[in-house]
Amino acid sequence: MKHLEDFHPGDTVDLGAWTFTADEIVDFARDFDPQAFHLDEAAGKASLFGGLAASGWHVASAWMRLWVDHQSREIAEALARGEEPPAAGPSPGFDDMRWTKPVLADDTITYRTTVIGGRASKSRPGWGILDSLNEGFDATGRRVFHFTGHVFMPTRPEG
Amino acid sequence: MSEAPLRRFEDFEVGEEIDLGHRTVDHDEIVRFAAKWDPQPMHLDEAAGRASLGGGLIASGWHTAALFMRMACDTVLLRSASLGSPGIERLVWKAPLRPGDTLSARMRITDARASASRPDLGFLGCDVVMTNQRGEVVVTMTTTLMMGRGRTA
Repeated sequence: MKHLEDFHPGDTVDLGAWTFTADEIVDFARDFDPQAFHLDEAAGKASLFGGLAASGWHVASAWMRLWVDHQSREIAEALARGEEPPAAGPSPGFDDMRWTKPVLADDTITYRTTVIGGRASKSRPGWGILDSLNEGFDATGRRVFHFTGHVFMPTRPEG
Repeated sequence: MSEAPLRRFEDFEVGEEIDLGHRTVDHDEIVRFAAKWDPQPMHLDEAAGRASLGGGLIASGWHTAALFMRMACDTVLLRSASLGSPGIERLVWKAPLRPGDTLSARMRITDARASASRPDLGFLGCDVVMTNQRGEVVVTMTTTLMMGRGRTA
């Protein structure tokens, strides 16, 4: 089972890739961010983005989905080894989220998470907070998205 | 089109408080968002939620953030010269969002600066607070909006 102490600064996990189809960009935008440049190719072309662009919250949500899928694989692997699966807690929030390049229809973004550090939680005994840099890269390797995430992780029991 | 002119950079004032309205969230939309974007048990299933730190079915934090975006679009951004956002300086999930909760959101303009490189662009700093029907703070966020600037457009 993974505890806070099992993560080390610089540890990197490749989370996989997400392709942003035009249909999915428009579906997400209709529900949550119906600005014209997220709904319509022509409006996107005429905007700063230069094409039908995914909502920034869509780009962030795809990161979350890939992170959850990664966690699910880790849990399955731990169970297969006969171990108690790791149980990350909730996230208290994030810092410095940046959408540095537009994500346009049919772009495939590859996501990666890198451990920055960890610290004991002052408010929750038995838990710590793991800090990570989360990034998305386009097909040419340019970084299009990043943020610093925080998540509660159990600390290793004493003894 | 015969609509009112769009709010531009110059039409926002530092210190202005903007009411982003209210939104009640039901069980099905919480589960629908989570199934697609954050399929963790406490966002999908009441019993799993009760067994978690959340103490019941709770919405994905990304869902709550996306609902801020929708509320901001419906009240301000779709009637503005919004050009998107470069990012979020900080977001804090302070309390869970549960089925039946009604979110209220407010946004305060904290900073307005013209782009040095683009005469048609300005940046608005914003502090956002989302509360539930009991007045508990659910989300706080510090973000920046990009707005069309000048009267030529």
